[in-house]
Amino acid sequence: MTRENHNRFFDCVIVGGGHGGSQTAAALRQSGFTGRIALIGAEPEVPYDRPSLSKEYLAGKKSFERMHLRPEDFWTSRQVELMLGRRVTTVDAAAHVVVTDLGERFSYGKLVWAAGGEPRRLSCPGSELAGICYIRSKADCDALVEVLPGAERIVIVGGGYVGLEAAAVFREIGKDVILVEALDRVLARVAGEPVSRFYEAEHRAHGVDIRLNCGVRSLEGSNGRVRNVVLATGEKISADIVVVGIGIIPSAGPLIEAGAEGSNGVDVDEFCRTSLPDIYCIGDCARLRHGPGIRIESVQNATDQATTAAKAICGDLKPYDATPWFWSNQYDLRMQTVGLNYGFDSVVTRGNPASRSFSVVYLKDGAVLALDCVNASRDYVQGRKLVDSSARIDRDALADTSKQLKELSPEAL
Amino acid sequence: MSMISVRTRDGELHSFEGRVGTSLMENIRSAGFDELLAMCGGCLSCATCHLYVEELPRTASLATPSIDESELLEGSDYRQENSRLSCQIPFDETLSGIVVRIAPEE
Repeated sequence: MTRENHNRFFDCVIVGGGHGGSQTAAALRQSGFTGRIALIGAEPEVPYDRPSLSKEYLAGKKSFERMHLRPEDFWTSRQVELMLGRRVTTVDAAAHVVVTDLGERFSYGKLVWAAGGEPRRLSCPGSELAGICYIRSKADCDALVEVLPGAERIVIVGGGYVGLEAAAVFREIGKDVILVEALDRVLARVAGEPVSRFYEAEHRAHGVDIRLNCGVRSLEGSNGRVRNVVLATGEKISADIVVVGIGIIPSAGPLIEAGAEGSNGVDVDEFCRTSLPDIYCIGDCARLRHGPGIRIESVQNATDQATTAAKAICGDLKPYDATPWFWSNQYDLRMQTVGLNYGFDSVVTRGNPASRSFSVVYLKDGAVLALDCVNASRDYVQGRKLVDSSARIDRDALADTSKQLKELSPEAL
Repeated sequence: MSMISVRTRDGELHSFEGRVGTSLMENIRSAGFDELLAMCGGCLSCATCHLYVEELPRTASLATPSIDESELLEGSDYRQENSRLSCQIPFDETLSGIVVRIAPEE
């Protein structure tokens, strides 16, 4: 081995500079890992807090400096070599080598893939026009903020969390907002109907024009800039900016091409190991083989999987079993989710949505799977125990707000 | 000089100069303490910046925790009388000399 090759060997290469990648590096050092660590990130910025992008950062309420996940000198003090502004394009699993788009080759002892995802792009005619914005990276958000002052009318495509959070920010700074959702309710993929209907009503009350069951046929422009959104119905809506929030595509290509099992993401076991030797995968792009077999796109999942993978690398095999949680802030509404509602067959609404403080409990075969709690932190905190124990609670009791969740006794089986 | 002292989980006490105008959580994070996860970034949605206020300067006082903060702390197995979410404590000169301890990992 030449000296140069030796310099390019890392005991652990981490691909991805988001929550997952940075927590992997931190957790490796906390677990006593003394080897050489490289953190390769596609973006030029040091790792930062992504959820703030669609909230405080977009609203201009938080400076980027305050979003750094760690201070800049943290990385040198922990001897983590940050290699930013490059992407890993090829993985050679047999040789234990990764290649970046800058042509660099790094060999590794262990590889942790935490590359996250790319926003799913519009593919209809006109989707290459200027003025079409996404909110995934700081660069995306900066591009949006730059054109925002000149825009009066914004069309948001997609009624998921990112689209709704952006809608709230835009209304608060006085923009006209039309939100277009292809399905028959907002948040259709993640929340139950009572939650969807509540958020639709809130956004409408704040002046957002929400159009449901509404696909986008094409975008029309003039001078290369978007001007109109043409709906599947043929209706034409004028727009100064189009903001697209229609989910992400997991950044898993190089690992899949290297032979890792998986399709929509990389399949991992309970220790976040892929099917390839010495390669782990965590965060938005990892699909848990056990349980419901889905990817979870959240800070909590990325952070806790990072810790699981780091410990496993250090020989401390602890299966990933963290209870998922998630949050979304819109207007003065704080929504907190605990558990995964995947596969629920019924819901109980606890409290009156009209009071702007309520929870929705998701059940499967009578057992509590998850809760969405809107301005109801107490239910969120106490509901966690019901989720952890898959408690079976009488539906009327769950709906009875005169009792706290912790006072409810599970039904005898 | 506005000083903050943080006791880490191994019991060691570290002191550093705080930056007025940001939260105690942001100060501790900026000083490089990786035990404090602060997963939600300080928006009162988790409880991963939980700590204990061990000493307050004699003339200082902290605002009572909001209902949301109290309820989030209620979910911790390690809640004590002096538990706080550090993202909810604005750091100012009056708090110079504060001593906090990072709560155990949940």
